[in-house]
Amino acid sequence: MKPPRFDYHAPQSIDEAVELLARYGGDAKVLAGGQSLMPMLNFRLARPAALVDINRIPGLAYVREADGAVAFGAMTRQRTIEFSPLVAHRLPLLHEATRWVGHLPIRSRGTIGGSIAHADPSAEYPAVLTALDGEVVAQGPRGRRTLKPGELFETYLTTRLAPDELLVEVRLPATPASAGTAFEEFARRHGDFAIVGIAAMVVGDGARCTAARLASAGTGSVPVRLRAAEEILERDGLGDAAVEAAAARAAELVDPDADVHASAEYRRHLTRVLTARAIRKSVERSREPSRPGHPRSEP
Amino acid sequence: MTEPVPVRLAVNGTPREGRCPPRKLLVDFLREDLALTGTHVGCEHGICGACTILVDGEAARSCLMLAAQADGAEITTVEGLMKDGALHPLQEAFRQHHGLQCGFCTPGMLLTALDLLRVNPDPSEAEVREGLSAVLCRCTGYHGIVKAVQAAAPLLRGAR
Repeated sequence: MKPPRFDYHAPQSIDEAVELLARYGGDAKVLAGGQSLMPMLNFRLARPAALVDINRIPGLAYVREADGAVAFGAMTRQRTIEFSPLVAHRLPLLHEATRWVGHLPIRSRGTIGGSIAHADPSAEYPAVLTALDGEVVAQGPRGRRTLKPGELFETYLTTRLAPDELLVEVRLPATPASAGTAFEEFARRHGDFAIVGIAAMVVGDGARCTAARLASAGTGSVPVRLRAAEEILERDGLGDAAVEAAAARAAELVDPDADVHASAEYRRHLTRVLTARAIRKSVERSREPSRPGHPRSEP
Repeated sequence: MTEPVPVRLAVNGTPREGRCPPRKLLVDFLREDLALTGTHVGCEHGICGACTILVDGEAARSCLMLAAQADGAEITTVEGLMKDGALHPLQEAFRQHHGLQCGFCTPGMLLTALDLLRVNPDPSEAEVREGLSAVLCRCTGYHGIVKAVQAAAPLLRGAR
């Protein structure tokens, strides 16, 4: 229950971090918040030759608006996101999902970049990135590139980032003021990984739906964008029959595995139930004059 | 880079330093190198919360940080809660409301509750229960702990 031996590096710049990653050629792990990597080291499920600790790189933690999006430095802590008035106002879905990420002491250290690069398919942030169709910026020896969620997530705990690429920024399109969003999750205990989680956003005027965004966590090897379910809402509106049809379609779109926590069938059932709840809650919220989820400010 | 690294930090307001291998966990550094054994080692993978301390004022798992990462940090452990020989009001509330039995989870409960009451000085019972779900207790059934945190909240608000 102690980490194996590793070379420890705490670079002072992104360039230096990328150089180190290139030097170890895939045998180094990036240490961000450590809330997933440190348990894997303690259990010795991970035995990297080196850790590249990016906590000492200045300028990797920020939340700022840019061109209709909100950009997050990879090292932005989940706790910062939880208490950010900008996030609560411009990204209410991310704000709500953050409360489902572990517990406050976990969110003190855990980062948005780390959660997404770790690519746990039952985690909340990858599902939010997928629902909102955001993007990540990766920097490698040949410069920067952006990846959409479909390009980024390959399978369980695996992204298509190259071994010498560092995820440096996450961008999420700001939510229109007329939209409603909801994050619904079922877990055995508060703070546990989701058995199933659903991220939803709808834009509409009650009956008509001009845009819908749905994604699921815990329903397969990667977060799933539920596009065919979105299309039902965009075509048939937000009435009860359309919501039920979209939720039923969502359950067909996922291919969950069975494990010790839940059967595949139960996960499919949860996908339908939580999708319907998330859509209904989003519709209700889109009718409210002000957005829910006013954050407590951190003194 | 596996050689010992220097670690300089402030623990409960006192500057401390040591040298340890980079793979040493912060909780083990506190207990073994600084002889501060009030912080307990439970599950060592971030689930049980027994090792929770304050890092720069925020609750965090000391089993999920390397000691090297705490270089330059300000740490608060359970040993830092008493003032002038008197229990902290939160500790006193735990005593009065039977918020502990075996005591193993207590350091983590106290530091977690302190952080909770700082970000939410007047929590509902549900909010206290959500906040304390970050730490596992296998004795009390949580009831006394929840009562203790609720009793301490107005005292800590008054002390601001």
